[in-house]
Amino acid sequence: MVKWSDFERATIQDIFTKIDKDVVGPAALSRCLIVYPWTQRYFGSFGNLYNAAAISSNPKVAAHGKVVIGGLEKALQNMDNIKPTYADLSVLHSEKLQVDPDNFKLLADCLTIVVASHLGKSFTPDVHAAFQKFLDVVVAALRKQYH
Amino acid sequence: MLSKKEKKLIREIWERLTPVAENIGADALLRMFVSYPGTKTYFSHLDIGPGSAHLSSHGKKIVLAIAEGAKDISQLTVTLAPLQTLHAYQLRIDPTNFKLLAHCMLVSLACYLGEGFTPEAHAAMDKFLSAFGAVLAEKYR
Repeated sequence: MVKWSDFERATIQDIFTKIDKDVVGPAALSRCLIVYPWTQRYFGSFGNLYNAAAISSNPKVAAHGKVVIGGLEKALQNMDNIKPTYADLSVLHSEKLQVDPDNFKLLADCLTIVVASHLGKSFTPDVHAAFQKFLDVVVAALRKQYH
Repeated sequence: MLSKKEKKLIREIWERLTPVAENIGADALLRMFVSYPGTKTYFSHLDIGPGSAHLSSHGKKIVLAIAEGAKDISQLTVTLAPLQTLHAYQLRIDPTNFKLLAHCMLVSLACYLGEGFTPEAHAAMDKFLSAFGAVLAEKYR
């Protein structure tokens, strides 16, 4: 089981209260599709992903970004049992969506960078490390049901 | 592959950051040491605590080398030749760590530039830092 220090728990909760989820979720997904264009392979039905401007203003990308951050909030509310909380999501990504799990890290990295750009100086190395640990646990949980 | 527009963007960003090289470099290094503690093993000979002189001077060295590479990206192999030799034969840092530092560098840039670190700048910078790391590791074997 993952052990969270008091600092880590408090910090991660705090980050989620400070960020605008409706902005950060869409921004992180857009960045992923822009910075790592091969991730677009999973979004064939999303319409125009032709360039950065199109991706950033695509309503389906924005909507899906909110879904993703909603998923992260579920992990936030169940920090002491993220793996079981994510079991169904993991099965979904592996069996139905067939997403290469290496992509989870790419999205996590983009999310970190978006949060960093929003929080600026207050995203100190210690805060950053706590957030990194949270995302590592989430990614591991998502990878768990891949067989 | 970097487009002309991206190379220009990268060159301009690093030009702007050269005066604060120490701060950005130290910040990126510190983030890496805190998030990825295994990377500290390469620095047992230095004091790399937050705010230390070694952290600043080493951070500055790294950022200035990156800025130098950014001036003419098509000449990266030539510009980095001495550093290639240093890393391959003396430092022998496992190249996976270049990716970790690159990620932390991007986070530092995001914190420093805020909204100014646009998706386009992020994409260009990520590509450049990947290429930089790859060139640095070229003489390893």
